[in-house]
Amino acid sequence: MTINTLAKGGWHREQMTCFQKMEKVIVAMQDPDMGMKMRNQRLLITVIPHAMTGKDIIDWLMQNYNINEEESLHLGGFLVQYGYIYPLKEPRCLVLRPDESPYRFQTPYFWTSTRWPVSELDYAIFLAKKNIRKQGELMEYEKERYSVLHKRINHTWDFVVMQAREQLRASKQRRKADRIVTECQEQAYWLINRPPPGAPNALDMGLERPSSCTTRMTLWPLNAMICCSNTIILSVRAYVLMCRFVKYSEQYQNHDPIMQGCLPSNPWISDDTAHWTMNAALVPIPTRLRVERWSFSFMELLSDAMGRQEFMMYLEKEFSAENLCFWQACEEIRHGESSKIVEKVEEIYKNFLAPGAARWVNIDSKTMDKTLEGIKHPHRFVMDDAQMHIYFLMKKDSYPRYLKSDLYKSMLSKAIVPQETKKSVFPFVRRQRHSSPSPAQAAEDSRSKGPQAGSD
Amino acid sequence: MCDQTFMAATFGPCESCGKPSPLMNIYIKNEAINYCSFCVELMACQGLQSGESVASLKRECESLKKKLEEERGKLNDVELHQVADKIEVLGALAIKTRRVLKGHGNKVLCMDWCKDKRRLVSSSQDGKVIVWDGFTLSKENGISVPCTWVMACAYAPTGCAVACGGLDNKCSKAVAMHTNYVSGCTFTNSDNQILTSSGDGSCALWDVESGQLLQSFHGHTADVLSLDLAPSETGNTFVSGGCDKKANVWDMRSGQNIQSFESHVSDINCVKYYPSGDAFASASDDATCRFYDLRADREVAVYQKDSVIFGASTVDFSLSGRLLFAGYNDYTINVWDVLKGTRSSILFGHENRVSRVRVSPDGTALCSASWDHTLRIWA
Repeated sequence: MTINTLAKGGWHREQMTCFQKMEKVIVAMQDPDMGMKMRNQRLLITVIPHAMTGKDIIDWLMQNYNINEEESLHLGGFLVQYGYIYPLKEPRCLVLRPDESPYRFQTPYFWTSTRWPVSELDYAIFLAKKNIRKQGELMEYEKERYSVLHKRINHTWDFVVMQAREQLRASKQRRKADRIVTECQEQAYWLINRPPPGAPNALDMGLERPSSCTTRMTLWPLNAMICCSNTIILSVRAYVLMCRFVKYSEQYQNHDPIMQGCLPSNPWISDDTAHWTMNAALVPIPTRLRVERWSFSFMELLSDAMGRQEFMMYLEKEFSAENLCFWQACEEIRHGESSKIVEKVEEIYKNFLAPGAARWVNIDSKTMDKTLEGIKHPHRFVMDDAQMHIYFLMKKDSYPRYLKSDLYKSMLSKAIVPQETKKSVFPFVRRQRHSSPSPAQAAEDSRSKGPQAGSD
Repeated sequence: MCDQTFMAATFGPCESCGKPSPLMNIYIKNEAINYCSFCVELMACQGLQSGESVASLKRECESLKKKLEEERGKLNDVELHQVADKIEVLGALAIKTRRVLKGHGNKVLCMDWCKDKRRLVSSSQDGKVIVWDGFTLSKENGISVPCTWVMACAYAPTGCAVACGGLDNKCSKAVAMHTNYVSGCTFTNSDNQILTSSGDGSCALWDVESGQLLQSFHGHTADVLSLDLAPSETGNTFVSGGCDKKANVWDMRSGQNIQSFESHVSDINCVKYYPSGDAFASASDDATCRFYDLRADREVAVYQKDSVIFGASTVDFSLSGRLLFAGYNDYTINVWDVLKGTRSSILFGHENRVSRVRVSPDGTALCSASWDHTLRIWA
């Protein structure tokens, strides 16, 4: 539960940020020195001043933001879609055309950000004006909305009609060019704030998020600050730390299919699932890249099913396989079902920790005492310290030796380096895409096969 | 002030107001009480000592913040892109749409990959959750959830289940119960636990089997919009980002807030860890994405461009961490070079906002979900 105070008028914060940024672009475009060159545009027989062509807009954006034509068209398109620039030729179509079509900057009076919330009264006056000016000029959906408004704000209808007549009379006294401009401006404004049915709603902003001016901030941040200041015990220069990112990316670059491609081919591009088959969880011979990855970090080795299998074989030779078995059993407690925690802890104690246990693990006495105490009241994290100890033991001792061992080296030399699939002679022939068994199905199958296997 | 030790809480009627909600066990003078978070705040305000007020605590908070920034500043030597000057520039990437998944009847809000690298689950505004085989474009399963705006969905590690949550404040068969919408959910390393983030400002860890609340995480002062689990050896932390412009790192066992980063100027929509677990990226409504180094405890890179005006709603790293894919509200996906800080390329194709991007588990493809009712797979 929150003590919330909604922002004024309920404006979404993200909308305001976008509008402010767009307005900056618009202002830059109208800068007398660096802005766009505007000229008079001829619209049928009238000459409209201060207009520009679609192409001009795109060129200016390309130059000033250092982007290509596609992106410039995309960005310019948004300026039109949000009503900051409106078209003179087809006022109902808020789209940026990269040609000689004339456009103009919207007057700040009609900016979506300045006139919020939209008033029903204004919309009624706008529709009334259209109706009076030319019978039948209203579109179907506008007619419907007009009658709905008529019912809703009937008590002010006289005012609406009077205002509409007044505005029409005033506009008749203006020059034709100004009249056309004002009509286009208004039309664009209403297209955005009252879009026709089926048209994309530019102001659709998703779920409302309450403003962040809550009074919830009392004690939590204070605690957080204290915690944070305690963790700054670094004396390492930032340079050293950031070199780690460079190193990591370089190490994994060859393994990144989006950057370097993958062998034999990326299944999504070639429709060939060979890559996945070759890299399945357990295969007779793994690929070279996969075996190389085991040497990147201990975690890489352990998180790969085959890697774990190989490592287990190595540990068995060294008579220290109980370490890995212990670690795996602890993982099962940490991530397993709550109801099974107690029995699993007992199993571990029996097999690994009890004096004289069959697979006794070598933990230092302090950790052992603490763990044994904890076992009396077993919970999910009771084995954490012991597990950590064994993990680091394996990481510092067995893991480096494994990487130097014959077992690993022979696996590396046996490993496959798949051939890159040659581009087929008929590049447009689409291969058949086969489905694979879903993991849920596979789990079902193994469950049903279980008792049968035992009967063999 | 009371002694605040947040241990595993339960769900039930609050001892103060009586309403059922996630409870916090706190100790006052060695006595355990179970209050809901609202009552705890009220009590905390009442428990101010003489001379203190909410304003004075706020001031103390601000001065600690300043001290923190000073300390961080002393360790600032150089920016990430300067370190990366020596490495070569990325070549042009030929990423194209390879699949378009059509089938949702409304905005697609979230998606997640299955560990088998080809299946994915997606959820949409109309309450439908669909499981797809992305490779063959077939829909394998469809579930109707009795709520709209299903904002979060996640695939279980074994591939045998999916979780989803949204405006009905619940996650999946009422495993998780929040007092406001569920904005994000993810399974921890197994099918048995779910981590959720919510509009009520908290994150919570739940046991799937019993529906019990294992741990709750309080510290955000506004809606939490996103969370991500750390891919670390010890696997005990996660990061969350919210409308209070903060990204917080939490310890899952103790519920404590370990680190906090506040450098965005607007809501943080999405957070994602760097593959090594030493850093994370965030996407925000201020149209920037930022990169934070956990060990240096600060922001080390900002990804922004003048021509990028609209907010970023989602981010994900490529497998090597060299590329950052960010989906924006202007219907595009920008691909950033993480190390150099420049934009590598821009992907057009969607016809409405991009709500989620996720790289597949083996890094072969990128999937994007959008408000234009479709999902696209890029490679």
